[in-house]
Parts: sequence; C-alpha cells; structure tokens
Amino acid sequence: MTIDLTALAAPDFWIGVGIVAGIYSIFSLGLQLNVGLTGILNFGQAGFMAVGAYAMAILILRFHWPAPVALAASAAIAMLAGVVIGAASLRLSGDYLAMATIAAAQLVSGVAQNAAPLTGGNQGLLGYDAAWTTLARWMLARLSAVGLGDQSQLPLFIVTWAIFGLALALLTGLRGTPWGRVLRAIREDEAAAAALGKNVFAYKLQSLAIAAGLAALAGDLLALNITLIYPQSFSADVTFIGFAVLVLGGLGSFAGVALGSVLLWSVLEAASFVRLPLAADKVAAVQMLIVGLVLIAVMVWRPEGLRGKREEMVLRG
Amino acid sequence: MLNAARSGTPPPADARAAATGAGRRWVAAACIAALAALLASRGAETAAQATINGLVTGTYFALGAVGLSLVFGVLRLVNFAHGDMLTFGAYVALFLNAGSGWPIVPATLGGVLATAALAAASELAIWRPMRARRAGGFQMLLITVGLAFVIRNCIQLAAGADPLQLRLDVTSAVALPGGLRIGTVELWVVVAGLGALLAVATLLRYGRLGKEMRALADNLSLAEVAGIDTRRVILATWLFAGALAGLAGVLSSAAAGILTPNFGFQLLLSLFAATILGGIGNAYGALAGGLLLGFAEEWSALFVDARWKLAVGFVILILTLLVRPNGLLGRPALK
Repeated sequence: MTIDLTALAAPDFWIGVGIVAGIYSIFSLGLQLNVGLTGILNFGQAGFMAVGAYAMAILILRFHWPAPVALAASAAIAMLAGVVIGAASLRLSGDYLAMATIAAAQLVSGVAQNAAPLTGGNQGLLGYDAAWTTLARWMLARLSAVGLGDQSQLPLFIVTWAIFGLALALLTGLRGTPWGRVLRAIREDEAAAAALGKNVFAYKLQSLAIAAGLAALAGDLLALNITLIYPQSFSADVTFIGFAVLVLGGLGSFAGVALGSVLLWSVLEAASFVRLPLAADKVAAVQMLIVGLVLIAVMVWRPEGLRGKREEMVLRG
Repeated sequence: MLNAARSGTPPPADARAAATGAGRRWVAAACIAALAALLASRGAETAAQATINGLVTGTYFALGAVGLSLVFGVLRLVNFAHGDMLTFGAYVALFLNAGSGWPIVPATLGGVLATAALAAASELAIWRPMRARRAGGFQMLLITVGLAFVIRNCIQLAAGADPLQLRLDVTSAVALPGGLRIGTVELWVVVAGLGALLAVATLLRYGRLGKEMRALADNLSLAEVAGIDTRRVILATWLFAGALAGLAGVLSSAAAGILTPNFGFQLLLSLFAATILGGIGNAYGALAGGLLLGFAEEWSALFVDARWKLAVGFVILILTLLVRPNGLLGRPALK
C-alpha cells in the first residue's frame, strides 16, 4: 500500500472537500436545531434532502421554471413536507419518532425509485444545472481578476459556505429569542413547557420545518455538485453521516457543526486517496466504516463532542 | 379511564385487559376483512398463492422481529444494528456453504452460532460497560447506528458489494393441493422458521429464562432486588436475539436467492414495522406482527405494482405508530 500525498497538497482537492463539508454543515445545522436544540430525533433528514433536490430538478427540467425560483420553491416544498410528516409523527417521542421519520424518508426514496416519469427512477435526473453553469462561469471570470480563474470548483465552494454563513447567523440569532428559549425548554422538560402554556407541538413542527428547509438547500447544492441525482444519493446513510457530523461537533453548538463536518470529510476524502489495493466498493466501505467508528467513539468517550457542553446532553434521559 | 389518562397514571389492570382484548378483535377483524376483499376481487387461487408467499416472507420477518423485540423489551434499546446482524449470519452461512463447501444445514447452524456470538460480544464490549456508565438513550441509540455501519462495512470490505448466492437448488418446487406451488427452498424456510419460532415461544412461555426476561422487561431494578442475575439474563437475551437474527438472515437470503451487504438494513424497517405492529417489547406480538406484515406485503402485490411492496411496510409502520403506537397486542402502559 502506498500513500500518494501529492493529491493532498493540491488546492482543488481541498476545495472539493470544502464543498462536501459545507453541504453537510448546512444539512447538519437542521439536525442540530432538531436534536441539539429541540430534542426531537429526526432520522429522516436525508428524505427532506431528497425532496429538495428532486423538487428543484423536476421544476427546472419538467416545468421549465427559472433556476432561482425553483431553488426557493424546493426549500418551500421540503418545509411543507416537514410540516406534513411532522404533523403525522411529532406526537411520538424519542425512538418512535426516529423510526417514523426514517420510514418517511424511505417512502420518499421509494417514490423517487418508482415514479419514473417524474423522477427518472433509478437512472435519476441530470441536466438541471445549466443556469448554475452560466453563473459559475460568470463568477470564475470575476475570480480570474484575482488569479483564481482556474479553480473551476471555487464558485460552488463560495456559494455553499455563504449559504452556511447565512443559515448559521439566522439560527444563532433565533436561539437567543424567546422562540429559541422555548425550544430549549421543550428539550429540557416537555411537560413543563406545556404547563407554561406553550404549544409544544407547534414549536416542534416549526423546528422540523426549518430543518427540512435546510436539508433542501443542502440537497440543491449536492445536486449541483454531483450533477446527477438518483435515489441512492439520498440513502439513510446520508442522515447518519449528518449525525456523525453533529455529535463530532457537539450537541447544542451551531458552529461546532462546521468544525465536525470539515474534520470528518477531511478524513473521509483523504481515506479515498490512500492507495489501498482495494476495489471502489471496498474504498466506500472503508469510508462508511470510519463514519460508524466515529459515531461509536464519540458516544462512548466524548458524548458532548468537540465543542458541546455536558449540560446540553440531557436529551430525554 | 379518562381520569387516569389525565393524571398520567397507568390505566387499571382491567382496562388494560379490555384494551388487549379489543386489540385482538381488531387484528381478527382486519385479517378477515382483508382476506374477504381479496377473495372477492382476485379469485381464490391467486389469493391462496399470495398467502403462501406471505407465509414465507412473514416467517423470516417474525424471526427477525422477535429478536429485535426481545432486546427492546429487556433493555429499552431500539437496535439499528439488528438488520446488519441478519446480514452477518447470512454471510457466515454463505461463506461456509458456497465458500467452504459445507452442506446447508451445518452452514446455517454456523451462521446462527456466529451471530449469537457477535451479539454476545457486543453486550460484553459495549452495552454492559455503557450501562455501567449510565449512558443516555441518545448515546445508546447512536451507538447501535454506528455498530450497524461497522458490521455492514466490515462485511463489504471482506466480501465486496457484488450480490452472492447460497448454493441451493432454487428451481425445484413442491405442488400443493388446488394447483398451488411453493419452492422447495421456501418450504424449508417456512418449516425451519416456524419450528424455531414455536420452540422460542414455548421456551419464553414456560422456561425459567423466559420468566426472568419478562421480569426484567417489567422492571429491571425490581428483578435485580428479587434475586435475578440480571447480567446473565441480559447476556442470554443477546444470545437469543443474535441466534434468531442469524437464522432470519440465512432463511431470508435463501428465500430471496440473493445477498448483498445492504440486505439486512433494507429489511430492518420491515422488522421495525412488524415489531411495532405487534407491540414493541412483546415477543409474541412481534411474531404475529411479522407474519401479518408478510401477508400484507404479498397481498398488496395483488393490487398495486410489486415494486411498492416495501413501501407497504413503511406505510404500515407509520400508520401503526399514529393509530396504535402500542401495537395491536401491546400494553397501553408502555411510554
């Protein structure tokens, strides 16, 4: 086995890692809002991501909507899906909610597989990124003025982290408001929050809908990054990678999500550059094995994560 | 009943019994209604053939669900690694059968024992130390997810992602009266699976271990105070759940005729559905839920495209959680 370090020194490698890390940061911000702040176990985040990405691609390809409108609509549709799924499942607690949401995500995946006229079935969809390519070219022309014109991935990197920055600012602001304090109260003691006259169910629903909107944006960016979406792009594994990012960064810390995501994806992408004498499916297995080991190791040895506080760990006992 | 619900105390025992009785009637009514609708619309022979197929699917659903339910009942742990324990058992049997040329019966036993050992090892290496540290439910749940990833990807690392097959004659079939057919392999799946389920049900009902497990499921600290060696019973629960998962894995991959590293995880949500349908933590409920779900999936294929078969399981899972979260046979007292 040899290790080829030249790839690790190339800027485009790190820009690629940065894009994926940014996408998973946005994705996991939603999980942080649900799990870390509100105390609801959303195991269906990949399903909302699929709803967002497919909604954007279908609106552009089948209905010829302008890309920016399709992007905004995809987030709105995913939030609506969050409200529908949440309305059906949020009265359940803990593990039951986890099972209901993961089942809902699998249903989304089943629809994506079987409603082929709309979704392309297992072949998936492509060609929805024409408007983005034009924009990226425009951005690259501006970037070449500062000597970065040959980094073709840089526009997506910039857009991804800009969206993450906006979402982070929004959520950090919201946390300090009375609204954010009610979410924390629900996490600490749902019955007490209800006894204070708070409509616990409505707050949980809002929390899930915002998370679904963030998942949709992450899904849109993922779709632009991989240029072809098919049902397996949004498997349950994606949700659990999000949970690995979440616990690595620490429950309750929004900024920790970015730290966890950059750390995890640096390791995962670097692992694919270690030239093991292995076939592609086995390299993928090594990556997911790392995700599993991270989940176990963090939960066993440092359940509060890198930036979390131990007092934030009082998640439903 | 209303007052009890308002003040948050569990309903009295007679209400509980009444609810269980109502549940049983509900199952019976649903089964009869579904069957009647089938017979009326698709003809007796088609319906009977779908029912036979449902029995095959239901048998391995039930085997998988009973283990999942036992672990939940005793430890209050929703084990997301259970599906991958099925995969593990199937791969061990496949390795012994197709790789080392063992006949199918000893290879199956090898898979069962290996999976039981894996489950016991997880108890000794992870679950017992984590309980001693009083780890929270969220920690435990995510560890099961991590363990699922580790098992599945170790299998993929060792065996690759290409589909593999047990060395079985999948073409021969047995003719049943009335022009119905069942594959020889599937017949053995039903015989072995139902036999194992019957043995487990008897043991849980009359054996000392079964009584101790129920005592733990009811109240772990009380069972400990009463002098039950809880560590031994929990270890035995894992051995049992692992053995059943291993058998379910071998039988389901034999019936499906194909095995990939994702096989068990794809079954997991159906096992959740079966477990919840029967009332989570209730082993007999899981048995009934598994069989019922198997029938439901095969019957559904008579009405909608068979590609939606799996989705039927998810819909049943969600509907059961919404309408009757304690399951058809479950006790209302569970949180």
